[in-house]
Amino acid sequence: MNASLIACPDCDLLQHKPLVPPGGVARCRRCGAGLYRRVPGGVDRTLALALAGLVLFAVANLFPLLSVRLGEDLVSATLAAAVKALWDQGELALAGLVAGTCIVAPLLVLLSILYVFAPLHFGRLPPAVAPVVRSLHAFQAWNMMEVFLLGILVTVVKLAKMATILPGPGVVAFFMLIFLLAAAATAMDTEAVWARIGIR
Amino acid sequence: MTGTHSALRLGLAGCHSCQLLLRVPARVRSSTLRCPRCGAVVHPRKPRSLSRTWALLLAAYVFYVPAMVLPITRITTLGRLQEDTIMSGVVYFFQSGEWPIGLVIFVASVFVPVLKLLILSLLAVSVQWRSQWRPRDRTRLYRITEMVGHWSMVDVYVVTLLVALVKAGALASIEVGPAAFYFASVVVLTILAANAFDPRLIWDALEEAA
Repeated sequence: MNASLIACPDCDLLQHKPLVPPGGVARCRRCGAGLYRRVPGGVDRTLALALAGLVLFAVANLFPLLSVRLGEDLVSATLAAAVKALWDQGELALAGLVAGTCIVAPLLVLLSILYVFAPLHFGRLPPAVAPVVRSLHAFQAWNMMEVFLLGILVTVVKLAKMATILPGPGVVAFFMLIFLLAAAATAMDTEAVWARIGIR
Repeated sequence: MTGTHSALRLGLAGCHSCQLLLRVPARVRSSTLRCPRCGAVVHPRKPRSLSRTWALLLAAYVFYVPAMVLPITRITTLGRLQEDTIMSGVVYFFQSGEWPIGLVIFVASVFVPVLKLLILSLLAVSVQWRSQWRPRDRTRLYRITEMVGHWSMVDVYVVTLLVALVKAGALASIEVGPAAFYFASVVVLTILAANAFDPRLIWDALEEAA
């Protein structure tokens, strides 16, 4: 099959792969869908971002996101504690959804990036690289950390009249992790991974 | 070879996972085609796309009613029970002068889910009627629904945090209302409905007519 041809994922138009400058996006000439990007980052940048992301992930999950001050008492909530509070109320599905979209999905994104790109750094392809890269896209789709951050903002405003709300160290890491994950997604050149696998 | 033809018409299909172009054998236009490079199952068109989209959309419409009508939080302060729905939360923010937050909640919890349901229904109807009306714009609408859907989760996260903080802080006792489950279901169902819809069907109607 001719490697210079591509079918648009949104409208199925068969077309020649448009040439794009580094960092640019190739678009379908019929429906305007993004076809592929020329990624300037490469393996090492992706790997560095994912490693830093893993550290931030630990901080975001181990330290409180928000604290409430009541007189002398300071009560804090971590992400896990928030999930557990839902669970304790019998809202198992909701607890699972929140844990899935804000803890499990971002963790799996980070781990699969490391799994794929750490061996690539040493010039090797890890076993079962194809299913991992395919799942990576699904994990990214269900990662909703940025929405959770908006939720934190709304909660702060909502509770501001009832008590003093203080941001915890977790929320800073949470905020930075959102940007790191976005940067890693931009730097990640899955096209190069597919090209390396080739057709068996 | 390239003009205004879909890949399918020329007996080809692009892998949705790695974009490799494959030849679709004449008889195997079903689920058995696998990408030789990444191993994903390749569907020239998503199987039973319209029926699955409609099923998920109908379920989302049904769940949207209890999500709006039932309380999302039940707060007890000094023995007084206060039940809040999503809309009463929005109204509260507008009345207390914090209208930017009220607007955020309104857009995320009311406007976006309704818009998404309506757009996906419009797309499904237009494909069913083989409409040739503005295919480029309809494809763009589809991409918008794919992009904005998860922002509706914000209210679910707010409830999660409220439960954790208010409970921990002993400010009052707070319980998750039944609307939270229905609302989260609406968000998940519309995301699944958007995934089930195949925008390539929009363009098939044009090629059939040509």
